Amino acid sequence: MTASGAAGSGVPHLDVDPFDMTFLADPYPAHELLREAGPVVYLDKWNVYGVTRYAEVHAVLNDPATFCSSRGVGLSDFKKETPWRPPSLILEADPPAHTRTRAVLSKVLSPTVMKQVRDRFAAAAEERVDALLEQRSFDAITDLAEAYPLSIFPDALGLKPEGREHLIPYASVVFNAFGPPNELRQQAIERSAPHQAYVAEQCQRENLAPGGFGACIHAQVDEGAITASEAPLLVRSLLSAGLDTTVNGIGAAVYCLARFPDQWQRLREDLTLARGAFEEAVRFESPVQTFFRTTTREVELSGAKIGEGEKVLMFLAAANRDPRRWDEPGRYDITRRTSGHVGFGSGIHMCVGQLVARLEGEVMLTALARRIAKIEITGEPKRRFNNTLRGLDSLPVTITPA
Amino acid sequence: MPAIMFIHADGRPDRVETSGGESAMQAATRHGIDGILAECGGNAMCATCHVYVDESWLTRLPEMADDEDALLDGTAAERRPSSRLSCQIKITPELDGLVLRLPERQV
Ligand code: HEM
Ligand code: FES
Repeated sequence: MTASGAAGSGVPHLDVDPFDMTFLADPYPAHELLREAGPVVYLDKWNVYGVTRYAEVHAVLNDPATFCSSRGVGLSDFKKETPWRPPSLILEADPPAHTRTRAVLSKVLSPTVMKQVRDRFAAAAEERVDALLEQRSFDAITDLAEAYPLSIFPDALGLKPEGREHLIPYASVVFNAFGPPNELRQQAIERSAPHQAYVAEQCQRENLAPGGFGACIHAQVDEGAITASEAPLLVRSLLSAGLDTTVNGIGAAVYCLARFPDQWQRLREDLTLARGAFEEAVRFESPVQTFFRTTTREVELSGAKIGEGEKVLMFLAAANRDPRRWDEPGRYDITRRTSGHVGFGSGIHMCVGQLVARLEGEVMLTALARRIAKIEITGEPKRRFNNTLRGLDSLPVTITPA
Repeated sequence: MPAIMFIHADGRPDRVETSGGESAMQAATRHGIDGILAECGGNAMCATCHVYVDESWLTRLPEMADDEDALLDGTAAERRPSSRLSCQIKITPELDGLVLRLPERQV
C-alpha cells in the first residue's frame, strides 16, 4: 500500500483495496493511511473517491442533493448497470420519493412503538441469559449475538416460523452486494436465489401476522401513504437491514466487553451504562463499515474537485475513529459521549431502525451484566468476511455466574 | 453570542454559551450537560434530547414541525405542553437567556 500524489488533481491516489481479505481482516492500519493521505482520496483499484475523516464523511452524508443514493449505495451505478434486485424504496431513493417511504418506516419503528415492545424484548433477553447460564461455555456469536435477535425480531415483524433460516444468509447477500464484483459479491449473488424467493414471499400481506411491523407497513396502504405494490418492498427493507446488523452490533458489544474487563466491571457496577456500552460498541466496531454515494453534479469537497456521476465511498468506521473528532478513538469507553458518531449514518438516511437496535442492545447487555460476573474468551475468535458488515463468525467464551 | 440556561432535574442550573448557528442540543452536548443524550446526533429521530421550555419562552420559539410533534409522543419522561426536542431549537440572538428544564430521564 502506497500513497502517491496524482499530478494536477491534488487528490492522492492510493492502491488500497478496501474490499480485499487483508483489508477486511484488519482495516485499521489502512484506515489510518487513508485518513492521513488527505480529506478526499482516490482509490485506483475501483475508480472511486473515498472519504475517511469525520468531517468529510459527515458532510457527504448530509448533502443528499449532491451525493445521491438513487444510483445505488454500493459500487454499482444504477444508471449504468442493472441492479441485482429491484432497488430499495428507501435506502436507494432520493427526496421526494424517499421522504414519503421514510415517513412510513419512521412511524412503524417510532419511540412510541419501542415502548410497546420493550418488555417483550427484555423478557427474551432474560430467557437467553437463563439458557447461557446452563451452558456456561458457548459460542457468543451463534448462541448469543444471533440467537437473541432471532428470538424476537422475526416475531416482531410477524414472520411465519418456517423458513427463518434464510434470513441471515439473505442479509449477508444484500451487504456483500454493495461491494465491488469480487469473489465475496459474486458468490453471494450466485447462491441468492432460494433466499430471495423466501424473502419475496414473506413480504406479502397475507404472510405477515397482525400487529407486527410488517402488517403495520401494509396498513399504511389503507391510509393512502403508500401503494399496495410498494408495501412488500418496504417490508423487504426490514428483512434486509434489521437482523444481521443487530447480530453484528450485539456481537461487537460482547466482543468488546469480553476483551476489556475493566469496562465490563464498570457496567456491572452501574447497569444504566448498558445503552451507552452498546452505542460505544457501534462506534468502536462500526458493524456497517461503508456505504457509497454518487455525485449528481460537479462538486468541490475540502478542496478536491469531483466530477458528476462519480462514486464516493464513505468509510463510516474510519470516521468513527478519526482522532480529529474523538479523544483516544481506539479506546472502548462505555462512558464516552458518543452522540454524533456515524455508525448509524447521519442525515436523511440515518438508520430508521436505530431505536430497535439500541433497545435490543440495551436489554441484552443489562441482562448479561446483572447475572454474569465474568466473560472469558476461551478460543481464537474467527472473523466473518463481508464487503460491508464487520463481525465475527465465532467467539468461544466461558462465563462465571454472578 | 447568546447564552442559554439548562435547569437539571434536581434543580441545579447550568449556563451555557452558545456558538453561531448551533442548536440547544449541540450547545448542551458540547458543554457535557448529561441530561441530554441526543443519541441520533440531532437528526430528529430519537427523542433523547427532550426538554421542557420555561413557560415565559414557550411562545417565542418557532413552531414545531410534524416529525418533532410525532417523536415527542415517544419521550421517556412524560410529554407536557412545554415539551420540545432541543436539537430542533436553533439558537438565534433573540433566544439569549432561554431557559430549558431537563426531564428526569431520556430513555
Ligand atoms: C447495530 C445495528 C444497525 C446498524 C449499525 C445500522 C446501520 C445503518 C446505516 C449506517 C444506515 C445508513 C445508510 C445510508 O446512509 O445509506 C442505515 C439505514 C437503514 N437501516 Fe440500519 N442499522 C442497524 C440496525 C437496523 C435495524 C434493526 C433496522 C430495521 C428494523 C434497520 C433498517 C434500516 C433501514 C430501512 C435503513 C435505510 C434508511 C434510509 O435510507 O432512510 N437498521 N442503517
Ligand atoms: S438528538 Fe435525536 S431527536 Fe434530538
